[in-house]
Amino acid sequence: MNPVRLTGRASLYLLRAIGAVVLFTLRGLFRLRPFYPRAFAAQLVQIGWLSLPVVGLTALFTGAALALQIHSGGARFQASDVVPAIVAIGMVRELGPVLGGLMVAARVASSIAAEIGTMKVTEQIDALVTLSTDPMRWLVTPRLWAAVLTVPVLVGVGDVIGIMGGWIVGTQSLGFVSATYLSNSWAYLEGWDVWSGLIKGAAFGLIVAVSGCWFGMHSDRGAEGVGRATKSAVVAAAVGILAANFVLTGLFFR
Amino acid sequence: MIGISGLTKSFGDRPVLAGVDLSVARGESLCVIGQSGTGKSVLLKCILGLVLPDAGRVLWRGQPLDAASRPAFLAQFGMLFQGGALFDSLSVWQNVAFRLRQTMPDGPARAIAIEKLARVGLGAETADLMPAQLSGGMMKRAALARAIAADPQVIFFDEPTTGLDPIRARRINGLIRGIVEETGATAITITHDMDSVRAIGDRVALLQDGHILWDGPVAAMDDAPALAGFLGQDPAG
Repeated sequence: MNPVRLTGRASLYLLRAIGAVVLFTLRGLFRLRPFYPRAFAAQLVQIGWLSLPVVGLTALFTGAALALQIHSGGARFQASDVVPAIVAIGMVRELGPVLGGLMVAARVASSIAAEIGTMKVTEQIDALVTLSTDPMRWLVTPRLWAAVLTVPVLVGVGDVIGIMGGWIVGTQSLGFVSATYLSNSWAYLEGWDVWSGLIKGAAFGLIVAVSGCWFGMHSDRGAEGVGRATKSAVVAAAVGILAANFVLTGLFFR
Repeated sequence: MIGISGLTKSFGDRPVLAGVDLSVARGESLCVIGQSGTGKSVLLKCILGLVLPDAGRVLWRGQPLDAASRPAFLAQFGMLFQGGALFDSLSVWQNVAFRLRQTMPDGPARAIAIEKLARVGLGAETADLMPAQLSGGMMKRAALARAIAADPQVIFFDEPTTGLDPIRARRINGLIRGIVEETGATAITITHDMDSVRAIGDRVALLQDGHILWDGPVAAMDDAPALAGFLGQDPAG
């Protein structure tokens, strides 16, 4: 086939797919009435509360490892004292949101895609329509808003736990005095460092929920179709988070 | 009560419905039969608006159904899906009362759900079970209870006995017949089970090659030459 035609066809396909996902997201976010508070509350628990252990553990070990790395690397040019500040800034600006987002993507995007995909192949989504219920409003909207609202909270909690992970390593094995470590952690942090991480968290939450819902709603028939939807949702969410992180970091800190 | 006029639907190059005309009178029980893959379920989904037809109209009380009138139509019918299609994340009573809970508090909705469960032979102890804890027959009954929970004027049954052993299938057929007679609801059943047709139907229509090949009373189907081929072979194809 003519390479120009091939490129044009691929571009049109890509643009059509992007347009469809954007419309899906807007419909999911803004078609709020009727709003289903029970479904929303259930998703707050599923996406937010139940992700707390995995996000917390990830942050704890990341903060601890970061403290060890910075101490070891900083020793090469006599800068070991910067451990608390760099752990705090690194966690809050970058590692907290990105790793938290990726862990939520692994846990939540897969579960949303599998649940909605199974509902689709077992005609539960058709059943919703016949019971006068819009599947977008009942399934997608609560998940999108729950993810947008809870992932920043998870990121905030993860930031604190990550900094504490660094503090444990710093005070237990690197010889820092507890009060000094903590005061140095806060001293170099600015409000925007924290806010930018929370905004990233909201964006990553949206990416996770949209990926899960989109691939679930477009799942093919059978167990294989649901499996493919689940895998695609996790991959799309992870790649989306890393790409969005690059874009947002460029916007926030250039 | 429900009319279908010139309904056409193709998937890619494959025509499934090629101008189907059919009508169902109030209180009538119509069974649509046909071999697997002849478009029976597609016909049902076109009536419900789950699949958009390429051409043709669905009429409800003489008026064409469109996006504006479909919600009022949907509010007056119940549907029993082939696999039950109970919501996994909700308990049995929450499934049965799904539509009711949108307009009334949980207390009365639960009471109605338990009453409907009793009507289909399920005890109150099943109300708080999750669908995954039910057997195939119980799941079908719970789905039937959901279909009749809001006292619909029209009930659709999609392959109501699929996956059930002959004894359970007979019980479900009996339940459906009883419910249709009690409520006076109009019923449309999609099936290839001739025992279901004889138990449930007043009238039967054979869908073949995208058209209604034969349409008449159940009592006359054994003598209909057009049905001889269908009745004489394995309908599951």
